Amino acid sequence: MIYVEDKNLVIPGQILADDEYYPGRGTFKEDGKVCSSLMGLVSLRNKKIRVIPLKSKYVPKKGDVVIGKINDVRFSMWDVNINSPYSGILPAFEVFGRDKKELNKVYDVGDVLFLRVIDVDEVKKAKLGLKGRGLGKFKGGIIVDISPTKVPRLIGKKGSMINMIKNKTNCKIVVGQNGLVWVKGDDDMEQLTREIIHTIEVEAHTSGLTNKIKNKLCLAIDGELPVEETDEEFVLEKPKLQNFKEELEQEEREKAEAEVQDDAGEDGGSEEVEAEENNDAEDKPNFYDVIKELKKKSQNKKDKNISYSDNSNNNSFILNNR
Amino acid sequence: MSEMIREDGRKFNELRPIKIEAGVLERADGSAYLEVGGNKILVAVYGPRESYIRRLLEPNTGVIRCRYNMAPFSVDDRKRPGPDRRSSEISKITADALRPALMLENYPRSMVDVYIEVIEAEGGTRCAGITAASVALVDAGVPMKDIVVGCAAGKVNDEVVLDLSEVEDKEGQADVPIAIMPRTGEITLLQSDGDLTEEEFQKAIDLAMEGCMQVSELQKEALMKKYSTE
Repeated sequence: MIYVEDKNLVIPGQILADDEYYPGRGTFKEDGKVCSSLMGLVSLRNKKIRVIPLKSKYVPKKGDVVIGKINDVRFSMWDVNINSPYSGILPAFEVFGRDKKELNKVYDVGDVLFLRVIDVDEVKKAKLGLKGRGLGKFKGGIIVDISPTKVPRLIGKKGSMINMIKNKTNCKIVVGQNGLVWVKGDDDMEQLTREIIHTIEVEAHTSGLTNKIKNKLCLAIDGELPVEETDEEFVLEKPKLQNFKEELEQEEREKAEAEVQDDAGEDGGSEEVEAEENNDAEDKPNFYDVIKELKKKSQNKKDKNISYSDNSNNNSFILNNR
Repeated sequence: MSEMIREDGRKFNELRPIKIEAGVLERADGSAYLEVGGNKILVAVYGPRESYIRRLLEPNTGVIRCRYNMAPFSVDDRKRPGPDRRSSEISKITADALRPALMLENYPRSMVDVYIEVIEAEGGTRCAGITAASVALVDAGVPMKDIVVGCAAGKVNDEVVLDLSEVEDKEGQADVPIAIMPRTGEITLLQSDGDLTEEEFQKAIDLAMEGCMQVSELQKEALMKKYSTE
């Protein structure tokens, strides 16, 4: 017996279903009943009930990409504030390897970095690293913070929302999974983007948001509502991706039907999140996806090489950047 | 007996008018504003967040810390600002009343701060504070088993009545504030001040429980209202 429907708004302590359902994230089981522990939207998949919170704090998870600010420079590591109850550390050897250099000459207090969570220990302390595409220090721009649960919504299905904002405002945008967003562009466009992002945060639980935001953007930039043309732009972009990932796309789309802050969005998150310098990356399959696919069906060696060389290129890129 | 009308025109089992609003503060993680009769209370919640007070932190779970504070202008005679014996007590019992509902196992070594500011006081502020604090905690997205709710009952003119006002509290014979988790009916706070027979005490608890259930509905309404309008 279930007492709620998919995407219903629930509050803590509300009884969601009886025994035959499984408690997922945001729920708990008591006296044979599945109850919500958060205020959020119900997500039903088969017999598993989850509640996706409206607000939450970021808890570091291995593999996430986050935006962090250097809090302190210590003897052999940096202390990084990652917008979470737990601080992150960036060990010096993640940056220099075996070399010894002065830490504060590379990154100093106040610098904002794009990092990957390498490991989380049992007291939730996050070890961070800089190995990967687009990771490194940000120069200029502004930081906007949103609730981490709204990140998939900001990115949209397959990055539809974020790409639209990027195209319209001409800003570079990088979203960290800890709810920090880096925006760089013209001053007024940065401000506009900040506004837009806040609108998305506030209205994340409503439907038809992408269109609403599109109208708002067009109104602010062109001074008029969009004509169908802008629609086509996006339709055109999609096939590019499809060439590479027809099957994955198919899968994604099925998943994406469960809308809002769903796993589909989260997948989008890890992909989109490495946006910075990789304007061309959109037509390339992403490293993460490639590995995933490789595992699924062992492809030929050629492909494998490509993906690895891809990665090493990125590393060299980071080094050059420094 | 049930026909008795109280000084402010209420029946023995009638609550004062209540207004609850969630998410009123911009900078806090969660907040709530509550009015019960002449009480005006503002609650801000921060966290779970990192804390530098290491001795308070627990390695296997998060902790909650409350501060109950009355504004100097909240009562008829100016109250000397700052913590005193009464507000330290209420801070502690509020934290203890809310703790059983919180599920902070996923946030070890973190701290949730709850700030309860009484802007105007007219009797029953500790229950009102708990009620508002749990709404603010939900608004902050802290995982909880249930939304704790507080309500008082007492004895005035040899009658057991619900939700004492300031006059009734001062002139009455007893005051029994309780806080419960409405889904299970578990009591998380029970205090008793004054003289009550066993029978009256039981009656007071039953009455207060009933009052809690009513307030609980208003809490839920307030939370739903905050997000379902758009």
